[in-house]
Amino acid sequence: MKIKKKIPLIDQANKLGFWGGKFGGNYVPETLKKPIEDLETQFNKLKKDKKFIAERDKYFKNWVGTPTRFIKLENLTNHVGGAQIWSKVVSDANGGAHKIYNATVHCLLAKRSGKKFIIGDTGAGYAGKMLSMAAKKFGLKCKIFMGAKDIARQQPNVKAMKKNGAEVVPVYSGSQTLVDAVSECMRFWVANCDTTAMCVGSTVGPAVFVRICGWSTSQISRELKIQLIEEFGSIPKKLKLYNCVGGGSSSFGFWNEFMDYDKKQCEFIGVEAGGPAKSKKHAAPLTYGSKIGILHGAAQYVNQNSDGQIEETESISAGLDYPGISPLHCFLKDTKRARYTAASDEDALSAYKTVTKFEKLRPSLEPSHAFSVAIKEAKKLNKDTIVVVNSCGDAYKDREILKKRLGKKYVEPN
Amino acid sequence: MLNPISLVFKKAKKENRAALLTYTVAGDSSKKQSLDILKSISKDADILELGVPHNTPVADGSQIQTSAYRAIKNGIRMNDIFKIVKNFKKSNKDKPIILMGYFNMIFQYGENKFLNKCNSSGVNGLIVVDLPWPENKIFAKKCKKKSIYFIQLLSPTTTTRRLKKIIRDSHPMNYFISMLSTTGGKLKVSPNDILKNYTKIKKIDPKKEIVIGFGITEKTIGKLKSADGLVVGSAICKEISRSLKHRQNPVTNVSKLVKKLKNKLL
Repeated sequence: MKIKKKIPLIDQANKLGFWGGKFGGNYVPETLKKPIEDLETQFNKLKKDKKFIAERDKYFKNWVGTPTRFIKLENLTNHVGGAQIWSKVVSDANGGAHKIYNATVHCLLAKRSGKKFIIGDTGAGYAGKMLSMAAKKFGLKCKIFMGAKDIARQQPNVKAMKKNGAEVVPVYSGSQTLVDAVSECMRFWVANCDTTAMCVGSTVGPAVFVRICGWSTSQISRELKIQLIEEFGSIPKKLKLYNCVGGGSSSFGFWNEFMDYDKKQCEFIGVEAGGPAKSKKHAAPLTYGSKIGILHGAAQYVNQNSDGQIEETESISAGLDYPGISPLHCFLKDTKRARYTAASDEDALSAYKTVTKFEKLRPSLEPSHAFSVAIKEAKKLNKDTIVVVNSCGDAYKDREILKKRLGKKYVEPN
Repeated sequence: MLNPISLVFKKAKKENRAALLTYTVAGDSSKKQSLDILKSISKDADILELGVPHNTPVADGSQIQTSAYRAIKNGIRMNDIFKIVKNFKKSNKDKPIILMGYFNMIFQYGENKFLNKCNSSGVNGLIVVDLPWPENKIFAKKCKKKSIYFIQLLSPTTTTRRLKKIIRDSHPMNYFISMLSTTGGKLKVSPNDILKNYTKIKKIDPKKEIVIGFGITEKTIGKLKSADGLVVGSAICKEISRSLKHRQNPVTNVSKLVKKLKNKLL
């Protein structure tokens, strides 16, 4: 299994949609074969279409807001006393997280294909919030599927979705989290694929959804590459890119443009959700060696029992609380291009405390996982190493959890 | 020896009627009860589809989901399902059984080991909801070697070109999904339109048996009886849930329902 150079990773899948011959694919009901094929044809054509790219860039620039900031965390760097710690503040993007890129592209595609409805899944509520924003912007009716447990713990985003005119459909089956939301969304699509477009909220699902999402979030690394060159004159000799990994959309987008660099120069570190320190449950299939299985249309490493039933996950971060992982990351793991590790709920909370103590930055619980590992590792490195953490979400949505776990003072603006 | 599935269709043709296929979830609501249901409904049903419950079913509506979650909660495992089939076949050697489920369960068991186990327990056919053509080509060939029918699913969204290719590669029985829906949806297309699609598919290769499923209930089954076979699933699962709720015996109630369904085809 090998990564090819000079070919975008999203285009390295084989004819049946498998990366490395075994991750991804299209394990879907027959009814979805045609709509998926249609979407593939449309996407393959449009991603080469200069007009379409110009349209995407126009909305990214004027509506999403590009580029998001690339800043040095001076105080944190001094506190840690090792490598330079920087952050790509992707939460600057309209709506407060990277999910806006994928949502915008899906709405543009839906518009072009004449669809009037769009549906999507959400965990932390960001994918849903952004899809509701984009749908409103492009005049599409929008329905968001969200686990009942997540609705309870991510209220600010639920309110935002409703405000944007989206219908939020609570999902009560299974663990009532993201995994069930994606299943329910796919079921709805099976029954309504003639009139409705589906947006999968991360680099998961049938191959074309993995590709569209990866193509969209790659905006992050396109910007970062330019910003690094502006700042350092060239890509630094020792660059380490830390990102949380749930489904894997922000991390893939954060790394994509650096894929062809030697990993000794540009290292990718993915941080999964290890769950509560005292719990056996987690959302870290790559770190804890889960077996390959099929979830939501794609073969991937996934938490499951020996029969193949998908196992319940547990994480303080709704956005990472998913038993599977993008086929792209499975491929990056097996080719050893990226390194994966996990941070516990407690690690993430502690990192949130540290970051907010020293910086005017409030990473949500998802990127707090990445900060946790970045801070620990930066200590052992010297100042020639450039550590960049993708702060891909804003903590506003986590107010209630932070208040409960850390106390009121951590939710006040700093 | 001819697969019992083909024999059943032959027999039904002779009687000038559609074959009745039932779907129940293995282990719903318990291992014993699901076996009892199979034994009892086999008097009237021609082919028994036995669902392999999965906890992330992307094509099942709420009735079958409820049955599947109930079965999983009550502890059903893959090997129990084979045991149910084996026990059933002890007294019903010629009644065809089709396992229907999602590919991950087969993948985890191991394709070859799974098929061997199907053979030794008496499974006659397989429907794998999320293993469409052409992804299923290799697995379907393996099934054929073991004399197990791999049943292809066809949908209203399947293009004519694709239909032809799938049917060319298919085994003697295929399954036409009546409408765009998960299982158990309300029939939102007229029976006439469903039959029009059915006829179109049938013409591609008249020798292949085509059964129609999704949205078929006591009310709608009669209007579709010109098909080779009709599948009722969610209505049966719903009856099990209803019986449990009212503390009635699901075995008796489901058997009564299946008898009524059969009468509509006579």
